[in-house]
Amino acid sequence: MMIDLTELLATAPFSLYKHEKSALLTAGLTDLTRHHYESCEPYRNILNAIAFDVQRVSSYDEIPFLPVRLFKELDLLSVPRSEVVKTMTSSGTTGQAVSKIYLDRETSAIQMKVLTKIVSSFIGGQRLPMLILDAPSVLKDRAMFSARGAGILGFSLFASDKAFAFDDNMGLDSTVIDRFLEKHKGKNILLFGFTFMIWQHFYKELLKLGTYYDLSRGILIHGGGWKKLTSEAISSADFRKRLHEVCGITRIHDYYGMVEQTGSIYMECQQGHLHASIFSDVVIRRPLDFTPAHFGERGIVEVVSLLPRSYPGHALLTEDEGVVLGEDDCPCGRLGKYFRILGRLKNAEVRGCSDAYAARFF
Amino acid sequence: MLTPQDFSKIECRVPLHPDFDRIFAARAFAPFCDEVMAFLQDLSAWLLQDTVARNFPDVVSFAFWCRKGALRAMKERYSGQQLRLGRGVVFHIAPSNVPVNFAYSLAAGLLAGNANIVRIPSRDYPQVEIICSALRELLEQGKFRHLNKYVILVRYEKDDTITDFFSAHCDVRVIWGGDRTIADIRRSPLPSRSFDLTFADRYSLCVINADVYPGDIDPARLAMDFYNDTYLFDQNACTAPHLVVWLGETTNVAMAQEIFWSNLHLVVAEKYVFQPGSAVNKLTDAYRFAASSGGCHVRTMADNLIVRIQLDQLRQGLEDVRSTCGYFYEYEAKILDDIVPLINRKFQTLSYYGIDSVAMRRFIEENRPSGIDRIVPIGRTLDFSLVWDGYDLIGTLSRTVILTP
Repeated sequence: MMIDLTELLATAPFSLYKHEKSALLTAGLTDLTRHHYESCEPYRNILNAIAFDVQRVSSYDEIPFLPVRLFKELDLLSVPRSEVVKTMTSSGTTGQAVSKIYLDRETSAIQMKVLTKIVSSFIGGQRLPMLILDAPSVLKDRAMFSARGAGILGFSLFASDKAFAFDDNMGLDSTVIDRFLEKHKGKNILLFGFTFMIWQHFYKELLKLGTYYDLSRGILIHGGGWKKLTSEAISSADFRKRLHEVCGITRIHDYYGMVEQTGSIYMECQQGHLHASIFSDVVIRRPLDFTPAHFGERGIVEVVSLLPRSYPGHALLTEDEGVVLGEDDCPCGRLGKYFRILGRLKNAEVRGCSDAYAARFF
Repeated sequence: MLTPQDFSKIECRVPLHPDFDRIFAARAFAPFCDEVMAFLQDLSAWLLQDTVARNFPDVVSFAFWCRKGALRAMKERYSGQQLRLGRGVVFHIAPSNVPVNFAYSLAAGLLAGNANIVRIPSRDYPQVEIICSALRELLEQGKFRHLNKYVILVRYEKDDTITDFFSAHCDVRVIWGGDRTIADIRRSPLPSRSFDLTFADRYSLCVINADVYPGDIDPARLAMDFYNDTYLFDQNACTAPHLVVWLGETTNVAMAQEIFWSNLHLVVAEKYVFQPGSAVNKLTDAYRFAASSGGCHVRTMADNLIVRIQLDQLRQGLEDVRSTCGYFYEYEAKILDDIVPLINRKFQTLSYYGIDSVAMRRFIEENRPSGIDRIVPIGRTLDFSLVWDGYDLIGTLSRTVILTP
């Protein structure tokens, strides 16, 4: 059964109970599996190789998941190339392979609509003045453009006005910030940036300069992962507390998302829990046999999403570790699974005499 | 010449303060000379007595390899009437990710009669430290002190100036490593009479005759042997098979596969330290392979410890789609000769069960494949020998003096 996403957009994003959502996802993801099987030859080859029978799917967690790394190494698309309107790439330092995600008009549009739907449920339906905690060059410099640039562009949907808080050397641009705060005095403002950049170039700078900006009416959305911060032993709770100390901000939402599944992001509630909306879900997999883990059990994060139609990215095995904390019973009131990301899966250390592996993959 | 600043970048492990001019001027010995034999057998005895060394099977294997009786057997195989001497100075570049390989390379250089400068792995392996300290202690002893200009172990980060320096003073340069390492090292020129001996990245496979399996072997024992060939070094040693070729009647093959893989699974489940990241790597590799080729089947297994991909047809280039940590292609061949088109110069070790050596000899003689340098029973792939990758190490690292009476 094909799911009418337009109809789903009329539903509140965290309003379906487990049994309703499960039926919806199973129907929608099975349909996507069939669609990609028919339209994407490499995907079809994979499903044939594992003798997968889509007729026998009884639950969406039985659908094969592709490791995200495959998108770095293969061109995977389920529409004719002529219909590709946008190719998204993941972040990656120079020389590293990047994911290539092919979007047609339909998938690209639905991604934006779903992103709007999810984010609005946290910040309200009004556009807000947006202070970007990053440098303007991030959008100009092709080498830097990618996940960071795409994130900023994506969240710019919610901006009535925009300013970059950093100069191109990642220093605080106090002139811009002062002017921006003066102009939007008394209004709610949206702040957006990448977790590590905010910590390094915003929090630490404010601390050093001893400057206090009143951002008590601010809503901060940040993402990009905690990898660089875990080395400094900063937890999500520390992050909120310390930021509050330097600028009075209280509404802080981390988000979890990836370029391979743009749109259906996971936002953090005031409890510090990431939430799956009705458009997507997480399944934690046991590394030893990839069976679904129990709630509370650590494993590899699989993400499923109803959005990817132009490329076979509806069920993906990430390289993150996480844990589902519960479902339908977060004190914040949102329905659906809520979870925590525990960090990147450690690369397997391989002994032996060949360097071919390292050269190929890392 | 190296400046004092360049010298400061060389970390000398054995001896702590080498005099390179004396080393470069050291006179070579004849192969298997008594001094070297005595030194290596004392090294073996030392390592076998060392309580720390005993915890490392690879150190113990090395110690066994160079124990007195084993050395004598090697010497006997080489003894001839020829007048031979080592070539002089051998500069060894050991691979960075196999801890004990450097010791075999050094031993081969010594047995051939040379002074040896060995660049040891930059990673801090306890095995390397154990062997280095044993070497240091032995070379301090009066009876071996005169050998200290023949055994030099150094460590340095990638540095062309230092590599240039050692290269300019060696008679043979022995390079272990991937294609990139070899290309890097080769940028440093050698004296005109010197040459490189390269041990590049290789590919290995295994063949099992299902018609005689398990026959009189205990399947658990063969599984253990296969485990040592593969999982012991995460299937990343050059000698580890990546393709298992089955010979025999179809029904026998089906039964043999069932017995073989289930026995292997028991061993892996018990012994192998499974890394979650390897499960994702193997899934990625399997799907990448499947995505671009029809005619393959990813076999369903109980878990991710063993990944098997059955091939309907053999295709060239399998050496480029291998993985690690327990990832195998399988193919049912009618006869062993079916694999010939697959074989190229990258192929090193063919391990086997259930095929006699007459048949193996015929296989090589009749098909004259461009690769395969070793044919050994399952369980023996890691055994180091003085003939390696098709080179007679003693012959190559020494020279013949023609004496016409």
